Amino acid sequence: MKIAVLVKQVPGSESPLPLVSSQDWLDESQVAYIMNESDNYGLEEALQIREKNNDGEVVVVSLGPDRTQKVIREALAKGADRAIHIQTNENYPTDPLAAASLFADALKGEDFDIIFSGLQSDDLGYGQTGVILGELLGMSTATLAMATEILDNKIKVKRELEAGYFQWVTMSLPASISVQSGCNTPRYPSLKGIMGAKKKELNVVTPSVGDQNQSIKKIYAPNTAKETVMIKGSVDQVVEKLVTIFRNEIKIT
Amino acid sequence: MDTLFFTDEHNMLIEMISDFAKSEIIPIAKEIDQTSRFPSEVISKLGDLGILSIPVPKKYGGSGMDNVAYAAAIMELAKADASIAITVAAHTSLGTMPIVLSGTEEQKKKYVPKLATGKILGAFGLTEPEAGSDAGATRTTAERKGNNYIVNGGKIFITNAGVAGLLSFTAQIIEDGKNKGIGAFIIPTDIDGLTISEPEKKMGWKASDTRQLFFNNMLISESDMIAEPGEGFKIFLKILTGGRISIAALAVGTAQGAYEKALKYSTERKAFGKEINNFQSIGFKLSDMATQIEAAKLLTFHAAWKKDNGHDIIKEAAMAKLFASEAAMKITTDAIQIHGGYGYVKDYDVERYFRDAKILEIGEGTSEVQRLIILKQILKKVESLV
Repeated sequence: MKIAVLVKQVPGSESPLPLVSSQDWLDESQVAYIMNESDNYGLEEALQIREKNNDGEVVVVSLGPDRTQKVIREALAKGADRAIHIQTNENYPTDPLAAASLFADALKGEDFDIIFSGLQSDDLGYGQTGVILGELLGMSTATLAMATEILDNKIKVKRELEAGYFQWVTMSLPASISVQSGCNTPRYPSLKGIMGAKKKELNVVTPSVGDQNQSIKKIYAPNTAKETVMIKGSVDQVVEKLVTIFRNEIKIT
Repeated sequence: MDTLFFTDEHNMLIEMISDFAKSEIIPIAKEIDQTSRFPSEVISKLGDLGILSIPVPKKYGGSGMDNVAYAAAIMELAKADASIAITVAAHTSLGTMPIVLSGTEEQKKKYVPKLATGKILGAFGLTEPEAGSDAGATRTTAERKGNNYIVNGGKIFITNAGVAGLLSFTAQIIEDGKNKGIGAFIIPTDIDGLTISEPEKKMGWKASDTRQLFFNNMLISESDMIAEPGEGFKIFLKILTGGRISIAALAVGTAQGAYEKALKYSTERKAFGKEINNFQSIGFKLSDMATQIEAAKLLTFHAAWKKDNGHDIIKEAAMAKLFASEAAMKITTDAIQIHGGYGYVKDYDVERYFRDAKILEIGEGTSEVQRLIILKQILKKVESLV
């Protein structure tokens, strides 16, 4: 079983998020980057499948500038066998089709049985890369995986639906599956893994990024200023207005 | 600091332990302190990750990292919980390293791999009721009878004693009625003639296991010896020298943990209409705390770096331990002061850091002993002065 895991480096939830003066990107020098949360679960799912079958290969694949190699090493320390870094120091793609196309070019010769990706990235959050990549490579696709089970040449996936419902789907391999956070318990890298991470193969490819269908023009911080509304009128009018606000805006029922 | 002492592997290790502490240690730190519970589930997980054998050679199943890595790991653990940090430090520096440094090849192969993975924990018996700072005054005796020794006496304040499977200890070696000097042995803790007392009730480090040991006509073989008479004392002093770096690291971590809580609190608490860090009496305390921590950290990593590079570290390890432990006491005291009345109650963790700090000025060589060691070292240089 040959498994690829897409891993993205994103700003940590506790990191400061200052913007550059042109307001179209973060000031990366002040951002603390970590591995995207749901990708960590995808990696764990792949490692567990390899361990259960006592055979196979887990290849971590990451798209991004040089700093991305930090999460690649982390994935190698946790047990991935080798890595592919799709290096984009300039013109980092923020368009999921452009990103998935770069992944497809890098992975098409590899014939993976499964591609795991996180449900969505914690920074841009489109949740599309894994699905588009599966489509580009002619694979079965499923999203929101809560559990997986390998059958002969097939994979059974438990998908999370709304309101606490689940769905089991069985698909033919190869398959690209995006994984929901919480589906397993990701491991910590062992010291042995940390010491061995640098010795593992890391293949860097440097494609040119094609046209993108979308780009970021301006980033705004949410406005958190308080607004005080004065309600004027007779007691009855004030009460009526207050009830309307409670019901429709604060939504007390 | 990052670029001076740390490689990518060091940074990864620190990040891993920080993540581990967030999910596995911080949520239970208050409970294990208040109930004095030994957190065996956490120690076992640390063993699986290789954290119980950081400086132990790979050849014997250890992680084979350096002393900078070891100090960094203890620091990061102590930031979250000092009891867990001392359990790891005592197991590694005191429980395992004596065998690595002076055991026979057979003893190393027999014991070290099990200690390295944490399958069994190690403890170290040097201190006696009447032999603390004056470790040469050891009264425990091992009397030679043919190929065996009969051990009598006792040890006190032994970390991990109740949870350890292996114990190394020192004793006066008696042969034909003559005292041959201090030697050292390693024994399993389920041996006949060894009694382990109930845990001590301590001020801090409450989730670490500390007990008294009694040897009553304990019969051991000469193959259990890890250091010949006369050598034992020297080897154990060398072990203590290395161990001082881990206590210095533990002190830095304890100080850092308390400082971070005080810094955060100073931005949340308001008095006279301002965040309290706006008052110099509070703000300058925070500046001093941060500076002391930085200095203690540099002394500690410098001593660890010197050890890794084969330099003599008697003076540097003593200085790091002395400075860092006294800084930790001062910083944890100030952290309570910054919290005011809230600092004195258990809901806020700073009083735990304060209780955990005091022992750092006592254990593995008191501050007074460190000053004595430093004085001896600096006096050696007198003749070269103009």
